[in-house]
Amino acid sequence: MRHRVKGKGLSRTPAHRKATFRALTKALVKEHRIVTTVTKAKELRRFVEPLITRSKEDNNLNRKEVFSALQDKETVKSLFAEVGPAAGDRPGGYTRVIKIGHRQGDGAEMAVIELVDFNDVQPEAKETKKKKTRRAGKSSTKKATAPAAIEEVAVDNEAENVVEPIENASESNSVTESTKNIIETLEMNDDSAGEFSQKDSDEE
Amino acid sequence: MAHPKRKISKARRDKRRAHQAISEVTLAKCSNCGAFHKYHNACPECGYYRGRQVISINN
Repeated sequence: MRHRVKGKGLSRTPAHRKATFRALTKALVKEHRIVTTVTKAKELRRFVEPLITRSKEDNNLNRKEVFSALQDKETVKSLFAEVGPAAGDRPGGYTRVIKIGHRQGDGAEMAVIELVDFNDVQPEAKETKKKKTRRAGKSSTKKATAPAAIEEVAVDNEAENVVEPIENASESNSVTESTKNIIETLEMNDDSAGEFSQKDSDEE
Repeated sequence: MAHPKRKISKARRDKRRAHQAISEVTLAKCSNCGAFHKYHNACPECGYYRGRQVISINN
């Protein structure tokens, strides 16, 4: 019977907490991707996700409810115009939180929180692969494919072995190219994006 | 008010601290650049997490 365990206080009064979530939501809806502390990012999900669910269906009541939570016309407008429709049939889980290490200064653990529908690049193949390896039951199918791949490599000529890495390299280049563009558009700091692309070209 | 009767000896103090060691952080190898990164964290070297660029690194 331990009550009041839901949510995090964030060392704020209720009003302060509400204001924090409003500000974070405003930024997230506008930028589709923000950097904040892990705790705030995780708490923000509890605040934003119901609002996005509301914004999937555009009617007077939903708009009123969302506005009462946010008190910001512009954010409500872009929620119903962009974010809601983009969510489509997604049954919740509109945001993604990725930890990115610690902040210098106070050592707080930082995270990126992003709207999944606006930041879906090309992780699909990778993600399904990882999921497969995690399942104990499916390891048999994986084992079946893995030795076959090894045999192929063994049988293949040296020339083909040379060709394969180059193909892989060009693939990864195109991947980084697409993500780079997205990141350049997302990053507020143009300089950092430029430096990043420079570094990328060096690697090529 | 109650007070300590004796100074805690070095041995006693150090024995108490024997169990206060900090454990090592488990690190994983980045699938993109091979650098070490914390589990469930984006790679600090290249900004990749699960095969995707999540942060831009400006060195």
